[in-house]
Amino acid sequence: MEHPYVELKNVSQRFGSQAILEQISLKVDPGMTLALIGESGCGKSVTTKLMAGLLNPTAGEVLWSGVKLNQLTNEQFQRERLRIGYLFQSGALFDSMNVYENVAFGLRQNTSMTDSEIETIVHDCIQDVGLTASTHLKMPSELSGGMRKRVGLARTLAMRPELIIYDEPTTGLDPIMSDVINELILKTRLEANVTSVVVTHDMNTVQRVADYVVMLQPLDRKEPEQSQILFEGTVEDLMNHDMDQVQNFVQGIAGERLEEMPAA
Amino acid sequence: MSTLSLPSDAKPRSTPIHWLGKAVLRPVEAVGSVAVFTWQLLGWLFSQWPRPAVIWPNLYQIGVMSLPVVLVTGGFIGMVLAVQTYDQLRAMGLESRLGSVINVTLVKELGPVLAAVMLAGRVGCRIAAEIGTMRVTEQLDALKALGANPIQYLVVPRFLGCVLLIPLLCVMADGVGMISGWWFSTNILHIESFYFWHYTTVFITAYDFLTGILKSLCFGAAIAIIACHRGFHSGAGAEGVGRAATETFVYSFVVILFLDLILAVLFAQTYLLLWGEPTLAL
Repeated sequence: MEHPYVELKNVSQRFGSQAILEQISLKVDPGMTLALIGESGCGKSVTTKLMAGLLNPTAGEVLWSGVKLNQLTNEQFQRERLRIGYLFQSGALFDSMNVYENVAFGLRQNTSMTDSEIETIVHDCIQDVGLTASTHLKMPSELSGGMRKRVGLARTLAMRPELIIYDEPTTGLDPIMSDVINELILKTRLEANVTSVVVTHDMNTVQRVADYVVMLQPLDRKEPEQSQILFEGTVEDLMNHDMDQVQNFVQGIAGERLEEMPAA
Repeated sequence: MSTLSLPSDAKPRSTPIHWLGKAVLRPVEAVGSVAVFTWQLLGWLFSQWPRPAVIWPNLYQIGVMSLPVVLVTGGFIGMVLAVQTYDQLRAMGLESRLGSVINVTLVKELGPVLAAVMLAGRVGCRIAAEIGTMRVTEQLDALKALGANPIQYLVVPRFLGCVLLIPLLCVMADGVGMISGWWFSTNILHIESFYFWHYTTVFITAYDFLTGILKSLCFGAAIAIIACHRGFHSGAGAEGVGRAATETFVYSFVVILFLDLILAVLFAQTYLLLWGEPTLAL
């Protein structure tokens, strides 16, 4: 039986006295595109950072292809982590480096490729995300939000990852650029055959790219006996789900939140 | 992987016992955090340095770019020392010894300490703000995700820059201070150049130079560790980064003064142990 690519088992996460995740279990099977949705502050980005090994859980286990992360040696962990690419919400481009150096960073750091080999890969990746060679020498501060995300994606693609985590890839972008990013996610999946996890608030993105959806809720809104995972299933199931909290999110309705606001 | 699990309804308490516990735990945690950070740094320092292309820009930024501020500092210290000590020495009829007072003070004490304080401001705050900004903009996570260890990639080059170049900058500050002190003493205060340098050579030993350099080496290491540690633990947003930079300067300043005292006692005792009581050569 093939192991899930990434699996979280009863994972909890706290920062100081603040609990973010409580007893979360989910898995990402090879080849799937999982959309992780939920209100702001419900722990989506923390969940993906746990998946990528960027955070250690306060409790529970994270497994990569069936192997617990705490069973890996440092060298194995470093090697395995490179199989997971992470597109950060803000792009997280290194602002002391130009676009070319940003995209080449992972290759310089982890391979013994020659400069010309690196140049070929960097050039291809920048072209794959729809940017031209004229951007090579630009610094991150000279780029628009959409370009930053595309350069971030090019930097991720350069490492040829088997799983890519997209943290809010369309947040803060105009509708056209959002569509461009959605197309890039689909194209990457199709051409590179990667498994994907997409954190998003954007239902358009969910409908365009996702095979499976997991919806989290903030801990302070969770009933004691309820799971923090409010919903999991296909996009079709999500759209037809009868729970008010799910439908309010899908349709962008404030619902009971209006009652919490002070009266005008 | 930790299995620590706290009850979800755990709330901070505020009885005197809790206050006392917090007052004890905070400094212990802080010292422990710096100790673990330093241990990780030493692990990388003695196992694997980053590529030279990563190290050189840091050496340039810490060493070359700090040169003007250090030279200006050294230059003014030399002249200020001449002004401050001349009247007292003249009252005792010892103004010809001005060179020894200026230069011994510079080499043993003020050169290393003031150069380090200036560099804690220029280099330390810059490092803390740079790493702090990288932390809040997820660039530290991006480094990890791209297979680079942030301690190896960011801290090792900055530590090397501070430890190798702050002593050199200190020597330059000493040199410029001596020259400016000599210029002021001979041209403004009309001290004979011969006596200025004669008494300098009588009172300054190679041991004084060595201890000055060793001091600045320790100051350099302290500035690098404090600045990088504060950057790595910076709070969120502009306020968090600003606080990290401020804390770097304040903590570095206090640690420089503390180390200065400890090292002064240590070097004095070492001198006594090796060569006995120093003899006066008036």
